[in-house]
Amino acid sequence: MKTNLAVVLAAAGAVALGTIAIRADEFSAKDQERWTKEYMSVVQKGRELWTSSALGTNNVACAQCHPNAANTHPETYPKFQKQLGRVIALREMINWCLQQPLEGKPLALDDPRMVALEAYITYERRGVPLAPGKH
Amino acid sequence: MMEMAGLDNPNGSPFMVGEKQRAWLKADLDKVAKSTPVVVFSHSPLQKLYKGWNFWTEDAEEVQALLAPFEKVNVIYGHVHQIQYNQIGKIAFNSVMATAWPWPYPQSYAQAQNAMPVLTVPMNRANPFFERDATGWQFIDVHTGRVAMKYNLYDNSNRTVAWNPATGRPEDTVFQDAANRIPPQAHY
Repeated sequence: MKTNLAVVLAAAGAVALGTIAIRADEFSAKDQERWTKEYMSVVQKGRELWTSSALGTNNVACAQCHPNAANTHPETYPKFQKQLGRVIALREMINWCLQQPLEGKPLALDDPRMVALEAYITYERRGVPLAPGKH
Repeated sequence: MMEMAGLDNPNGSPFMVGEKQRAWLKADLDKVAKSTPVVVFSHSPLQKLYKGWNFWTEDAEEVQALLAPFEKVNVIYGHVHQIQYNQIGKIAFNSVMATAWPWPYPQSYAQAQNAMPVLTVPMNRANPFFERDATGWQFIDVHTGRVAMKYNLYDNSNRTVAWNPATGRPEDTVFQDAANRIPPQAHY
């Protein structure tokens, strides 16, 4: 029964999609515009977190040492972080900063706030060639 | 918003000496011979280095014009929290360190142009695992009428940036020669 139901739903879906002629690889300039807007709203959220004390406990913000997210080198990660003695992702370094200078709690690596911070950092670094492993 | 008042956001406006203070400076300088060594202390750099973070003085050219006729003239400035030095005509510029808050060099921000002095050999990149790193203080020696900055840098090698009479500009006594520079001085 379950299989049959799934087949019926899939067929209904195909009919519904067929009526507006969407194929898997099709998207329009309008779609791209919307996706950019969604992305920039997350970048903006990241900038707000970057310049606020919300992530810490001691009234320190990321921007006080990293204006415009400068000196964060997102293009070099993953890299050997000499102070930690192993290869890490940028998110782990973000969490280090949240715990040390900001005296806050680390974020889950898929926390929307972590994604927003990373979106802001990489947006401020756009156009710079990838240099993984560079110190 | 917990950030320095940047000029790329609504919090900031550029530093300016202003007409009134320039008039005061002119009147003060008019009292002394052009051969008198002059040392000017200023919070803002009295140069236009990078506007986005206010490494900037809006009327820098006008101030420099007042200083330019002096044979030995030196500007010592703050605000930037990092070693900088420059030579514009006869005017030598030296920055002082701060005891708090490391600040990146403008060349580490990829989205904007800057006019940082090519003369400056940057400090080592800050290591956040040493909380005093990239901060410091300095002895300022002006006995020759020119400036020697002896920087005391926590958790890092000390540096001296001093007037070199042979080249007529401030230079790092160790690192000015590119062959002597070390990888941590590269900012990107």
